Amino acid sequence: MKPVKRPSKPTKPTVKHDTRQTRTAGGNFIDKLQAYRDHHAHALFSSLGRLVATPFTSIMTITVLALSIALASGFYIMVINVQQLTENLETSNQISLFLKDSVSNEDAARLAGDIRKNSSVQSVKVISKEQALEEFKTYSGFGAAITVLEKNPLPIVIQVLPKNTLKDKHELESLFKTFEQFNEVDYAQVDMQWVERLQSMVEVARCATALFSFMIGLGVLFIIGNTIRLELQNRKDEVIIAKLVGATNAFISRPFLYTGFWIGFISGISAWFIVAILMLILRQPVEKLSGLYEGDLHLIFLGFTETLALLLIASLLGVLSSWAVLVFQLRHTRPE
Amino acid sequence: MLKFDNVTKRYPETGDVLQNVSFHLRQGEIAFLTGHSGAGKTTLLKLIAVMERCTRGEIFLDEQCLSHVKERQLPFLRRKMGVIYQDYKLLADRTVFDNVALPLAIAGFGHLEIRRRVRAALDKVGLSGKERKFPQALSGGEQQRVGIARAVVNKPPLIIADEPTGNLDPELSAEIMLLFEQFQQVGVTVLIASHDISLISQMNHRLLKLDHGQLV
Repeated sequence: MKPVKRPSKPTKPTVKHDTRQTRTAGGNFIDKLQAYRDHHAHALFSSLGRLVATPFTSIMTITVLALSIALASGFYIMVINVQQLTENLETSNQISLFLKDSVSNEDAARLAGDIRKNSSVQSVKVISKEQALEEFKTYSGFGAAITVLEKNPLPIVIQVLPKNTLKDKHELESLFKTFEQFNEVDYAQVDMQWVERLQSMVEVARCATALFSFMIGLGVLFIIGNTIRLELQNRKDEVIIAKLVGATNAFISRPFLYTGFWIGFISGISAWFIVAILMLILRQPVEKLSGLYEGDLHLIFLGFTETLALLLIASLLGVLSSWAVLVFQLRHTRPE
Repeated sequence: MLKFDNVTKRYPETGDVLQNVSFHLRQGEIAFLTGHSGAGKTTLLKLIAVMERCTRGEIFLDEQCLSHVKERQLPFLRRKMGVIYQDYKLLADRTVFDNVALPLAIAGFGHLEIRRRVRAALDKVGLSGKERKFPQALSGGEQQRVGIARAVVNKPPLIIADEPTGNLDPELSAEIMLLFEQFQQVGVTVLIASHDISLISQMNHRLLKLDHGQLV
């Protein structure tokens, strides 16, 4: 039998070192804090590195998530745009008084003067038959047809704009009734009802969007959760080895949480770009439409706060779903 | 330091693998655990690493009862022991350096300290210069030594080894045993499961012999 050979480099009999191992091993508080920070930084970038290392899988997952988030954001943008439209309309509780054909311009002016004296009225505008005809010719597209008629069929209209403070429906109604009873008035109309209908329609859309976004958020939660679960399964050996050498669940979770964060964050950014592209495509047709209505309809895009909220929510969903999966799965991942 | 008190481990399928095992290892003691294959050596080591819990009896490490340790305290308990596995249990996608550094990173050491200690540990097992290699690029014996370096890098008070010389030639085996003796000299308790009778007989250390789950 071979004699036991001493190691070529005899290790000097070491000074009796500290064999005590506690949970506060390793240097002073500052060193530990630095090590902790280094570890976080490492987890942050290594998890991003892992996503980049498997580009196909990552792109597939992130595309699905980005499209879902873009869908929710798109609906949100649509609602706020329509909402801005109805908000502009709100000011026009305008009452239009169509006068009888027999009323002359002078009588109309006198009536307008009387109405102007009413304390609830902000402004009064008389549109004479001639002005009405001009307007009609310009904007209706039936200009040629109207010239065929011998007589101007349009009545004199007095447009009454009640004061803005007059939000109460009943006050408006009583004002309307007063005007309606004037002898000269043939027909009176408030442009309120359809505005109200539109507004409640927008309200329904807003509510639907909220529900829809909630469901998409739930979907995102499950997609990211499943991705992390698969990742955890792929790296099961690593998790078990780390557990065996004394890693806490928090230590093991960290890179996976960062993976969840990256997936959410990158999906959020991608969603923003998708929405931006859609808006660029939509801008021209919308502006054309706006021009037809001589309105000042401008597309509203996600503002700074909203963009920030989008990214924050997406990242948070990523972290949250990863966390839920990790809490559940790590409890069941045991050596042997 | 490590105390077994009437420990029995029963598996539903195979019955009692360990029966009423009792022994006490003092601090700074080396003991060999021997026995035919299937005698329960690996099971006994798994009980110490709390990979399994015993069916009856108590196991104490430094007055701490392992049989009832809570899941949340397990990581801190495992940091007190360096375990060398028969199948090495190395991370295939990490370098030798990263594998050995893992226990230190977990314990929250700074990177300078980690580098220093990992180098020292690899130097001790004769693997300096292989830090950047991946485990697959190493021979079985070298991988075994990476496992040993990882087990000792954190300077744990207890080292458990499951067939640590199984893949090493006699010369290297002897070197590794010398290494364990060096740890013993600084107060580390070492428990080595092995059936390498020739190696064991060369070294004058305590022997725990398992036969069909019982100490003889």
